[in-house]
Amino acid sequence: MGLELFLNAVVAGILLGGFYAAVALGLSITFGQLDIVNIAHPAFVIIGSYTAFIMNEHFGLDPLLIGVLFTPIFFIFGMGLYRFYYVSFERTGQESLSGLAFFFGIMFIIEVILILAYGVDYRLVEADYIGETIHFGFISIPFRMLVPFLAAAGMTGAVYLYLSKTFTGRAILAVAQDRLALQLMGADPVKIKQIALGIAIATTAIAGALLIIIGPVEPSVGRLYIGRVFAIVILGGMGSISGTITAALMIGIVESIVATFYGPSWAPAVGFSILLLTLAFRPQGLFGRA
Amino acid sequence: MSEPILQVDGMTKMFGGFVALDNVSLHLDQGERLGLIGPNGSGKTTIINCISGALNNDAGSVLFRGKEIHRLPAYLRAQMGIARSFQIPRPFRSMTVLENLCLPIEYAASDRLDFLNIQKQGMEVLETIGFVDRANDLSADLTQVDLRKLELARAMAAKPTLLVSDEAMAGLSHSEVDEILEILMVLNDRGVAVIMIEHIMRAVMRFSERIIVLDAGKKIAEGTPDEIVQNPDVERAYLGQ
Amino acid sequence: MKAPLLTFWPCAIAIFAAGFIFTLIADNEFYFFASYVVLQAVIMATAWNILGGFTGYVNFGSAGFFAVGAYTTIALNKAFGLPLPFLILAAAICSGIVGLAAGYLTLRLKGVYFAIATLAMSIVFETIANNWEYVGGASGAYILTPDDSLFFDSYIELLFMLILTLAIGSAAVARYMSSSRMGRGLAAIRDDEVAAECNGVPTLKLKLISASVMGAMMGVAGAPYPFFVTYVDPVSAFNLLIAVNAIAMPMIGGTASWIGPIIGALLVGGAQEIITVTISSEMNLLVVGVMLVAFITLAPKGIVGLYQDYRKKRRRQ
Repeated sequence: MGLELFLNAVVAGILLGGFYAAVALGLSITFGQLDIVNIAHPAFVIIGSYTAFIMNEHFGLDPLLIGVLFTPIFFIFGMGLYRFYYVSFERTGQESLSGLAFFFGIMFIIEVILILAYGVDYRLVEADYIGETIHFGFISIPFRMLVPFLAAAGMTGAVYLYLSKTFTGRAILAVAQDRLALQLMGADPVKIKQIALGIAIATTAIAGALLIIIGPVEPSVGRLYIGRVFAIVILGGMGSISGTITAALMIGIVESIVATFYGPSWAPAVGFSILLLTLAFRPQGLFGRA
Repeated sequence: MSEPILQVDGMTKMFGGFVALDNVSLHLDQGERLGLIGPNGSGKTTIINCISGALNNDAGSVLFRGKEIHRLPAYLRAQMGIARSFQIPRPFRSMTVLENLCLPIEYAASDRLDFLNIQKQGMEVLETIGFVDRANDLSADLTQVDLRKLELARAMAAKPTLLVSDEAMAGLSHSEVDEILEILMVLNDRGVAVIMIEHIMRAVMRFSERIIVLDAGKKIAEGTPDEIVQNPDVERAYLGQ
Repeated sequence: MKAPLLTFWPCAIAIFAAGFIFTLIADNEFYFFASYVVLQAVIMATAWNILGGFTGYVNFGSAGFFAVGAYTTIALNKAFGLPLPFLILAAAICSGIVGLAAGYLTLRLKGVYFAIATLAMSIVFETIANNWEYVGGASGAYILTPDDSLFFDSYIELLFMLILTLAIGSAAVARYMSSSRMGRGLAAIRDDEVAAECNGVPTLKLKLISASVMGAMMGVAGAPYPFFVTYVDPVSAFNLLIAVNAIAMPMIGGTASWIGPIIGALLVGGAQEIITVTISSEMNLLVVGVMLVAFITLAPKGIVGLYQDYRKKRRRQ
């Protein structure tokens, strides 16, 4: 009985971890590559969730489809956000204190606006597959976890290919390492960073839709994800996509096991505790260099 | 004084797999003027980072005035008498020129003085670089060459026994180079040993009593300026072969 | 900004006396409740600025330090029934240790990591509080109002004078830290930490002192809180608004001096009390969030900075 429970927890953890990777992907780009501490990233994911909720309620569209459809809008918003951030902070060299506080304020404003508009009730989406489960022996896999996992894998794969194969993608990876060399190559660092943050925010459209497929969402859920995503990005070694994926799976599994055997009320502490331990003992992450 | 004030033996520093310094040894006598030259990436800034404490070397010892310092944090080394100026000046932007100087006087110079005395000493240092009337200007408003002078003045204010000047003259005009050189000479007259890292050969030749040449993390030559100029290894390092 | 010794302490005594007179003549208890909240914010903002403004390290988890103070009070009050001064001291020690520990783990890294670590720590503590039955767990704990109000008409007046005293004390500490030798070292760290270290400033030691003082002060702000609200649960003690206010008030008031956070706390705190009563408490949250972002983007030096720039312009004319 214990083994069955354990294995189910591990499988659930893998599915969850895959989803976490999708959530952390955008932050891996902004924080890992661009050095922008977008602490409001999970708040954007929640916006994505509410977008899916509203469209699903009014038009009955599939939440995943909504997420994909809204990607361009989120992309443009992300570009605009970078533009504003650049003009206000990066150009004047104030990104450390003011930039952090800025994103903290944005996170707070987003949460408050959602509370004002939709209250603190949990919201969920309706789709045909959400109630279903498939069974492999004693392993049961609910569709509401499997579909996000597959979609997350797809999205992560797509972003990874983009970053490693296209010119703009590789420029994004380069701008983190050597701004000057990038300029000499004829690419404008500001435009590159704009596109990068655009992509990062675009991922939140889909990640948000996946989140609300997995379970109900209310405005303060975003804050629980801050620890998880930062733990994943830092543990995975800043800016390494494969590191992000590995760290996400690890955290997903640990969280699932803790929730199964010690109760779900301890689950939020897992991500944050791992984050603290990482910062204390191995801040360069599992795959980063010392 | 026959004992060197600085003795570096077998210093090695690696960044990941890249060997920045490979078993480098050097010494510096009291009040000596040492030039440190070499092509870009040869390890000059790395070695002074390890001496000043900004970085920790992986192997080798650093003896300053007879004491082993390679494990000490940078601020203790500053208090012991090692001062450095930065390649790109790093003034305290929210402070005035005088306040910038008072900081090391208060924290690095050995005697604990009251506030008025600190300000007086600060003004004395300002006199040396001719900035007396700029005492209350905000450091953020200074020109590039004035920032270089402030950088050196701040290092002087710490009352060091050893000063490392890291490319203080890069990008300056002919006359500006002479101004900086004069400040360093005044400092040396007071008994401060100076390690000068520089690419401007005219300045290095005029200033140094002895020159050390680094290339790819190794020491490849050491001698008087005349000896170095005639050394074929040095020529090879700079021009390539 | 340097307020000479001659003007600080007379002003402080005058304010204290004014508060005392207020307790004698005012009859509407609401004023004391509202003032308590604002003065609590003054302490939190002042504390935050000791690390944030003086050294440049941002603390996102202020609610965590505050709650440690509050829960220390709850736990010790339940276990030993200690009088308030002892509880405040104990809270200061506990939160100070937390500040020191957080600093020790992360202040050697870049400021960003410290900021994230404080947020993480706050949520970890909140989870612990949610699961710790002795202090009430998720359902919270009740504190009985003591009968003894000393020579005041009611207990809230006693709490008001207490928090006023604590607020004056925090201002004194902040002022001392900023205008002393330590303050100059902290300013150097804020301007350029690497250069400060190379000029003889023991940067790690000073940062750890600042973090500990900040933690202790926030714990002190939280210690009387259970007696003020009489019911404490993790949601209210770890309230996000406490964390946001702790950042917003100093940044709006001006982080470069010890008086900026006080100005910010009085203005923003006062505005919040008015908005809560006239419009709603949710709108309150939105207002402080928007004000924070607006000031960060448009007036990063805060109100004090704006005033100083104005003075400079006048002098040039």
